[in-house]
Amino acid sequence: MIRSQVLICGGTGCTSSGSQQIQDAFEAGIEKYNLEDEIKLVRTGCFGLCELGPVVIVYPDGTFYSRVTVDDVDEIVTEHLLKGRRVERLVYDDHGKAEADEFGNIALSDTTFYKTQNRVVLRNCGVINPEDIDEYIAMDGYAALGKVLTEMTPEEVIQVVKDSGLRGRGGGGFPTGLKWSLCAPNKADQKYVVCNADEGDPGAFMDRSVLEGDPHSVIEAMAICGYACGCTKGFVYVRAEYPIAVKRLTIAIEQAREYGLLGTNIFDSGFDFDLEIRLGAGAFVCGEETALMTSIEGNRGEPRPRPPFPAVKGLFGKPTVENNVETFANIPQIILRGADWFASMGTEKSKGTKVFALGGKINHTGLVEIPMGTTLEHIIYEIGGGIPNGKKFKAAQTGGPSGGCIPASLIDTEVDYDNLTAIGCMMGSGGLIVMDEDTCMVDMAKFFLEFTVDESCGKCTPCRVGTKRLLEMLDKITSGKGTMEDIDRIEELCNYIKTNSLCGLGQTAPNPVLATLKFFRDEYIAHVVDKKCPAGVCKDLLTFTIDPDKCIGCGLCARNCPVDTIEKTDYVAPKHKRPSYRINPEKCIKCGACMSNCKFKAISKQ
Amino acid sequence: MKDRVVLRDGMEGTRVVVGMATCGIAAGARPVLNAFVEGVNKEGLESSVSVTQTGCIGICQYEPVVEVFEAGQEKVTYVKMNPEKAQEVIEKHLKGGQVVGEYTIGAVTA
Repeated sequence: MIRSQVLICGGTGCTSSGSQQIQDAFEAGIEKYNLEDEIKLVRTGCFGLCELGPVVIVYPDGTFYSRVTVDDVDEIVTEHLLKGRRVERLVYDDHGKAEADEFGNIALSDTTFYKTQNRVVLRNCGVINPEDIDEYIAMDGYAALGKVLTEMTPEEVIQVVKDSGLRGRGGGGFPTGLKWSLCAPNKADQKYVVCNADEGDPGAFMDRSVLEGDPHSVIEAMAICGYACGCTKGFVYVRAEYPIAVKRLTIAIEQAREYGLLGTNIFDSGFDFDLEIRLGAGAFVCGEETALMTSIEGNRGEPRPRPPFPAVKGLFGKPTVENNVETFANIPQIILRGADWFASMGTEKSKGTKVFALGGKINHTGLVEIPMGTTLEHIIYEIGGGIPNGKKFKAAQTGGPSGGCIPASLIDTEVDYDNLTAIGCMMGSGGLIVMDEDTCMVDMAKFFLEFTVDESCGKCTPCRVGTKRLLEMLDKITSGKGTMEDIDRIEELCNYIKTNSLCGLGQTAPNPVLATLKFFRDEYIAHVVDKKCPAGVCKDLLTFTIDPDKCIGCGLCARNCPVDTIEKTDYVAPKHKRPSYRINPEKCIKCGACMSNCKFKAISKQ
Repeated sequence: MKDRVVLRDGMEGTRVVVGMATCGIAAGARPVLNAFVEGVNKEGLESSVSVTQTGCIGICQYEPVVEVFEAGQEKVTYVKMNPEKAQEVIEKHLKGGQVVGEYTIGAVTA
């Protein structure tokens, strides 16, 4: 009889920090102490708190071990599993902020990271074994599909989704129910459901985690969508860079077929539905719906003009519904718990919850799901644990290369589709990159623009040439050769690219530049007029200098300089015995090696 | 299939805690623990009763020690347990709500 279950995170984050080896060590330890009949190991999807990975949870106590190493496993097995004593040094104590219960346990749901989250999409992530369909069914899995097929008409299903107020989670925020109702009446011999799992934003990993942690929820939702819209075939377009997600999804589809939850005559209702996986080669543009469909068809992933919209003429020229992973993952819960329940969360025009991938300069890097309308301040300081090393928050980038930044002055913004659009940002798919005072906003805009220049498919001129020219102008500014006219021309070009590009990639590519120009114009001006980078990032505008009075002449900087540009002077400062050093600015490559090696803080950059 | 994930539901309801330090294990706490786990499942109590282990409770001469915590009630401490006694505690106490007085620490030390 199993008396205890050990859950080991098998998300990509924890796997890359060694959770597979930890699982092997647990297996060995359990065998060594003959605990096979008492302890069960479960490999789950992402728990969310990736920063503390690899994560191990022991049930029924609910003990949460963080940053476990292979060497710790033996201690956990002999102490906790065998003798029932928690290994206190590995227990996550939330920096003393969470209260323990009478047994000294800190429940995961009581830590500041999880307390104010509301997990709908991620409800099974880190709870079930994603490779075991029975565990999903035990958590009411496939009950929604059963309910839809046996009790509801397609029209009723669409009405529930409409009433729930669910909007597309891929970034655009188009009402999902409306999308379905546009496709449903179109007659054709074959109609398709497509799941967009081509998550390309740098720093975003929401969809990957859902596919890794709860693949069946997406499969179930696609079947529900197929029933509602009259489609019998589905495709999941997922990046080949997500091997764990692809593997678990493949297993899940096979298991669903075995159980008759995919295939013909599902639940004896006469409804047929089957799924296939298509691997994307990692082009950012393939996240755009028309390019994605072109890619599934086997052609080069390039967008095509709309109309005709996919609902009329999509994949293989047939009516198609295309939704994002997170959108789909909401559907089974909406069906089971009702549109009113879903609509009770969130703000007036943005219902439900949103998953964000927290990254950048933040203490709790990881995956969070919060109700729409939560303030940015709450996300960063409460859930995210604030900025490391006591630095000041400067801005947060939402929507990756298609979005904009929210400056510190707007930190009390309630995050939902309309509020973000109103301040010139966008919700995007959910990447949330936090930046502190050491980030140069011009450099940041340049980084995202470099990404879009690389990823532009080249089909339309405004995007292909426009973004390239835009990048050149930004380059000019960060290298100190910019003029005030350049700033105006940048703005003009941005607006031109936005209005004239063919697809979403080009239409949103200038957003990071426009947002930083709006909120951090003074930084651009500092680069142009004062030829200074206020954050000390843009190398061409930096000079490293040694304060001769602070320099004790140890020579450590000179020895570490990769280009031998630091030399001894004749000047000996009072109180010091040896002559000081100086940097020859002509040869300096501004790597900063001297500064990080100086123990006397004699070197400064400006 | 619920039984595959019920352990992960959290610690609602009654908690049965078995002392599993070296002293407890030496005195035979492991069979007691397993008897509780099996008995609770056999009686279908797994959603309302959770069986966990703890370290040394501090009364090594009375091991194996089992404590039963119920919300709003005083803790009950059973001492010198064995699998047969465990079975009786499941039947009478966990199922019937009747504390098995003769096995409690009060009965032994008094």
